[in-house]
Amino acid sequence: MAKKKFVVGCFDNEDVLFPAVKKVRTTGYKIKDVYTPFPVHGLDHALGMRETSLHTAGFIYGITGTTTALSCISWIFTKDWPLDIGGKPHFALPAWIPIMFELTVLFAAVGMVLTFCYLCQLAPFVKKHHFHLRATDDLFVMVIECTENTNTEDLKAFLTNNGAIETDVQIAEEGWWIGRYDKDEVLFEGATA
Amino acid sequence: MASIRQSFEIPGKMKTWSFALMGIGIVALIAGFVTKGMSKDHHEQDIFLGTLMYNTIFWTLVCNASMFFLCVTTMAWGGWQQSFRRIPEAISTMVPIFGGITLVVLLYVAFSGSHIYHWTDTVAVANDPILKGKSGFLNIKFFTIWTVLAIVLWSFLGWRMRKLSEQADEAAMDGETGAKFILSNTVRAATFLVWFGLTVGSTVPWLWMMSIDAHWYSTMYSWYNFASTFVAGMSLVALWVIYLKNKGYLEYTNQEHLHDIGKFMFAFSVFWTYLWFSQYMLIWYSNQPEETIYFKHRVQGPYKGIFFLNLIINFICPLLILMKRSAKRNYTLVTFMAVLIIFGHWIDYYQQIMGSISKEHVTMGWLDFGILSLFVGMMIFGVSKALASKPLIPKYHPFLKESIVHHT
Repeated sequence: MAKKKFVVGCFDNEDVLFPAVKKVRTTGYKIKDVYTPFPVHGLDHALGMRETSLHTAGFIYGITGTTTALSCISWIFTKDWPLDIGGKPHFALPAWIPIMFELTVLFAAVGMVLTFCYLCQLAPFVKKHHFHLRATDDLFVMVIECTENTNTEDLKAFLTNNGAIETDVQIAEEGWWIGRYDKDEVLFEGATA
Repeated sequence: MASIRQSFEIPGKMKTWSFALMGIGIVALIAGFVTKGMSKDHHEQDIFLGTLMYNTIFWTLVCNASMFFLCVTTMAWGGWQQSFRRIPEAISTMVPIFGGITLVVLLYVAFSGSHIYHWTDTVAVANDPILKGKSGFLNIKFFTIWTVLAIVLWSFLGWRMRKLSEQADEAAMDGETGAKFILSNTVRAATFLVWFGLTVGSTVPWLWMMSIDAHWYSTMYSWYNFASTFVAGMSLVALWVIYLKNKGYLEYTNQEHLHDIGKFMFAFSVFWTYLWFSQYMLIWYSNQPEETIYFKHRVQGPYKGIFFLNLIINFICPLLILMKRSAKRNYTLVTFMAVLIIFGHWIDYYQQIMGSISKEHVTMGWLDFGILSLFVGMMIFGVSKALASKPLIPKYHPFLKESIVHHT
C-alpha cells in the first residue's frame, strides 16, 4: 500500500507515442506503463517489457486439468466402481479423451483468467487508479514513475516537447488498493474531486 | 525498391538434386513396374497401383492446398501473405501436372478391372445390396466425369488466380483500379473455393480413396483428408519460404510471416487430430462390425505401428514442439517440423490407401520411398521453374504494404 508520485503525459497519436517512448527510455526515466484505448502492436516491445509468463501458467493449468481428469476417471472406472458398459474394457481411453479435453480447457481457462486478474490486480472491491479517463477512449497515457530526484517540471516540459498534449503530476496507489468508487470520490491526491 | 531481388535464379545444386531425385524415382518406378506391376499375382499388382495412387493423390492435393490457402486469405482480405504469395502460386502450378498423373493412374485403376475399386466389378455390384444402393454415386461414369472435372477446374481456376496476380507486377494502381483488382481477386478466389468445397471438401476423397473400402463409409473422411493435405501444404509453403530466405530472396518476408505460417501448421495439426479422433471414437464407441472393419487391421493388425506413428508425428510432435511462440519464429525448428509434418501426412495417406489394399502386410519399402522421391524431385523442379518465371514480389499489389509492416 505504497503511494507513489507519477508524471503523466497524454498523447493523441500512435506515431508520436512510439518515438516519445523511445526517447523517455533512453533518457533514463522509468515508464510504469502506457495506457491505450486499444492494443497497440509492438508497444510492449518498445517499452522493453519482458514476455508474459501467463501462457506458461496456462500450460501448467491445462496439464493439471488433464491429469486430474485422467487420474480421477481411471480410478473410478477401474478401481472404485467398475461398470460393464457395452462390453468395453474398463480402461476405455478413447471414451475419456473428451472429458480429459474438457477439464484441460476448463482448468486452463479458469486458471488463466484468475491469474490474469491477480497480475493486473483486479478483484471485487479492489480499486484501480485511473491516470486519465480518456485512456479508455482516445488518448495514449504514458505514466512515468518518479524518484526523489526527479524534477517533475523538467519531465513535464520534456514530455510536452516530445508531443504530449497534456501533462500532470499525480500521487497514486500503485499496489492493491481496497476501496470503493462510490466512497472514494477523489481519484488522486491533490485533485479537485 | 531498387535493392530487392525480384528474379529467382535456380541454383545448379537444386537442379542436380531434383534430377537425382527424379532419376531415383524413375528407376524405382520401372523396377516396381517390372517386379510388381507386371506380376501375375493380383496382390502385387494392386500394391504397385496403390503406391502410385496414394503418392499422386497426396501430392496433387498438397499442391492444390496452397491455392486454397491463397484463396482463403484473399477472401479474408488478408494482406500479410502478399510478400511471399508467389510461393503458393508457384506450388499450385504443379496441380495440372500432378493432377494429370493422378487422372491417368485413377482411370487406369478404374478401367483395368483391377481389384482395388471393388465397385467397378459389375457382377459383384449386382449381387450386393449395399453396393447397389451406392451405385448412383459409385459408378465408373460418374467417377470419370467428376475426376476429370475436378482436376481440370482446380487447374483452370487456380490459373485464373495466378493470371490476375500478374497485374500486380505491371503498373502502380490508383484507388479505383486497386479496388477493382481486389474485387476480381475476391470473385476468382470465391469461385475456386466453391469448387474446392464441392471436391476436396466432400466428394473427391470419397470417390478416390474411401471407395476402396466400398462397403465402409465415414462422413468425416473428406474433412480429415482436407486437414491432412492443408497442413502438409502449409508446411511445404514454409519450406520454400525458408529456402528462399536462406538464399537471400524475399526481403519483405520475415519472422512475423513465418510465425503466421507456423500458426497454420500448428492449428491445422490440431484440427487434423480433432477429425482423426472424432472419426475413430464414434466408430469405436458404437462398435458396429460394418464400421469397425476399417480400423480392425489398422489398430489391432499389421498396421498398428504405422497407425500410431501417424498420430505421434502428426499430433504429439506439432503440439509439443510448435506450441511455443519462439518455436514458430525459429527457422531451423520450423524447417524440421515442416519436413516432419509432410512426411507424417504422407504416412497418413499411405495407411489410408495401402491399409485397405494390402490388409495383411505392411508394404512400406523401397518402392514407396522411390515414388516419393520421384514426386519430390518433380515438385522441386516444377516449383523452382515456376518461381523463376515471375517476379518474386508483386510490388504493385494494393495490400503489399500491409505485408511489409505485418506484425503478429
